Amino acid sequence: MDLENQKRVKDFTEEFGPENVIVILGASEAEASGLAAETVTNGDPTFAGPLTGVSLGLKVYHVCEPEIKDEVDPAVYDEQVGMMEMVLDVDSIIEEMKSIREQYCKY
Amino acid sequence: MNSVIKGAGYILVHTPDMVIHNGTTQTTERVVNPESEYLKELPSHLRSYEDVLAYWPNQTYIGNVTPAQLAEQGSTWVELKCPVTDRHGKYGEIMPQEEFLLLMQICDCFDVVKLDKDFVAAHKAAILEHPLFDESITSRLHDGVELSEIEHFVNEEGAEGLYDHDKLVGCVKRAHDIDHNLSAHVMHENLVSKASSVLALLHGIKNAGIDKAEIEYVIDCCEEACGDMNQRGGGNFAKAAAEIAGLAHATGSDTRGFCAGPAHAIVEAASLVAAGTYKTVAVTAGGCTAKLGMNGKDHVKKGLPILEDMLGGFCVIISQNDGVNPVIDLSILGRHTVGTGSAPQAVIGALVADPLARVGLKITDIDKYSPEMQNPDITKPAGAGDVPLANYKMIAALAVKNGDLDRKEMPNFLTEHGLVGWAPTQGHIPSGVPFIGPARDEMLAGELNTAMIIGKGSLFLGRMTNLFDGVSFVIRKNSGEVDEGGVSTEKVKKLIADSFRQFAATLAADDE
Repeated sequence: MDLENQKRVKDFTEEFGPENVIVILGASEAEASGLAAETVTNGDPTFAGPLTGVSLGLKVYHVCEPEIKDEVDPAVYDEQVGMMEMVLDVDSIIEEMKSIREQYCKY
Repeated sequence: MNSVIKGAGYILVHTPDMVIHNGTTQTTERVVNPESEYLKELPSHLRSYEDVLAYWPNQTYIGNVTPAQLAEQGSTWVELKCPVTDRHGKYGEIMPQEEFLLLMQICDCFDVVKLDKDFVAAHKAAILEHPLFDESITSRLHDGVELSEIEHFVNEEGAEGLYDHDKLVGCVKRAHDIDHNLSAHVMHENLVSKASSVLALLHGIKNAGIDKAEIEYVIDCCEEACGDMNQRGGGNFAKAAAEIAGLAHATGSDTRGFCAGPAHAIVEAASLVAAGTYKTVAVTAGGCTAKLGMNGKDHVKKGLPILEDMLGGFCVIISQNDGVNPVIDLSILGRHTVGTGSAPQAVIGALVADPLARVGLKITDIDKYSPEMQNPDITKPAGAGDVPLANYKMIAALAVKNGDLDRKEMPNFLTEHGLVGWAPTQGHIPSGVPFIGPARDEMLAGELNTAMIIGKGSLFLGRMTNLFDGVSFVIRKNSGEVDEGGVSTEKVKKLIADSFRQFAATLAADDE
């Protein structure tokens, strides 16, 4: 995850409290989604950014996961995400995200 | 008057030592984790010059292998050896690091590049023998200085070291004592960009078969900024490179737009020619040191060589319609506007579907699309996937949503209208433009009719806006018709024929 984004996630968590923050990802690959999810839960696995060694344990979802999709107006979702849903390997993204949440999510 | 693609140049420079010393992944790691295993392992993952010559995507970039031939090898090439290992190709060359350091010295106008005299002596002959370096270029090369002088600048005065096979062979001095914008780091980055742009320009001009004097304007579209503390991005890389390349009749300016810069620059160049402002314009860009080894951690972790060891450069020469070369069709322009939004659907709509729909075309009417042409060998191990393939899937999915394509035809669309990626991950370098050279060849050979070039840029990286950006344009096979003052040759012929018919009819009437 981009170093500046890590800093922003960290700052928001301090400002609003970790239990009140949900991170929503839009990465196009399961592996990239997993890396970003791991960064905001267990800490930066690349040891490069402000979240290195910082386990925030935040709730984190990919925008294609049903937990997020079901919260959105279907027409808006189709307009904004419908095309990408056709393109992405949604099943492997969901599997990867669930695995990270089960291991590291604290909330 | 339409504009045409008169020629294109594509160059690579093998810079393994700059991966270690100048790539930001490595420079960041040295700050945050100086004792890391990655930094220790990195040198053993660097490729030799022979290895990079035998790498399929590199030979594709310089034109010795066609994109179709590359695709026949699959989509992973790191384990393969290309049978073609030539340094020079149809579009350009793969320059070794040693010669490039001498070219940097040639491009230095302020005596900030210092090279060891023994190093210069060892490689000077190669510069003198280079087929594109005339006396105006080679005469700029100095003999070099004592190594002790270079060590002094690096150790005492903050100079950026220049290395070859891990040995200090030169440096780039700071150009000001306190101005960050003229620091050794920035001067190094900018001189690398300038020198690789000069090389691309020289190849582009040679391939276009024109005289240097014909170039009236140069647009540089790299992602660097040159200026001092009072005007950080003052420019002008274009004119600076044109000077060294010997384009005495040209002026120029810089166009920026992150990775979308090249597509913006080509639309501007085509418009300048179409308007008659200039007859011939060169669009050029050099390479980027910061992105060397950008995904190195993943490559090392997966036991791969460091594949981001190449600087990229390109040049496209755009000139008045000659009735032969492919035309840039300015009637089909895609643009991501402020109001477009950032959802991929909106982006692809604005860049691909909307401009085609405005002229009554469907997504399937364009033969080939050239979006972000990053080499998947580099991006897949880093978890970023196959970038061109992801773009083709998005274009196909939008075609399905728009009713232009049956869903079960999606896999065929990807191969019929898509390409595999062969460009180094140098930001602006892979962004649509790598296909312009091959597309020109295929159109001249009658194998291709239309290609859409798509440039996309991540503006949010500059923290000035959260917006994304992109532009697209279409290249067409030349119909052979040449506009002359707004009236085509065919039209003139028809008018004359009509006049003769009328005259003959009058004569016939008089006879009666």
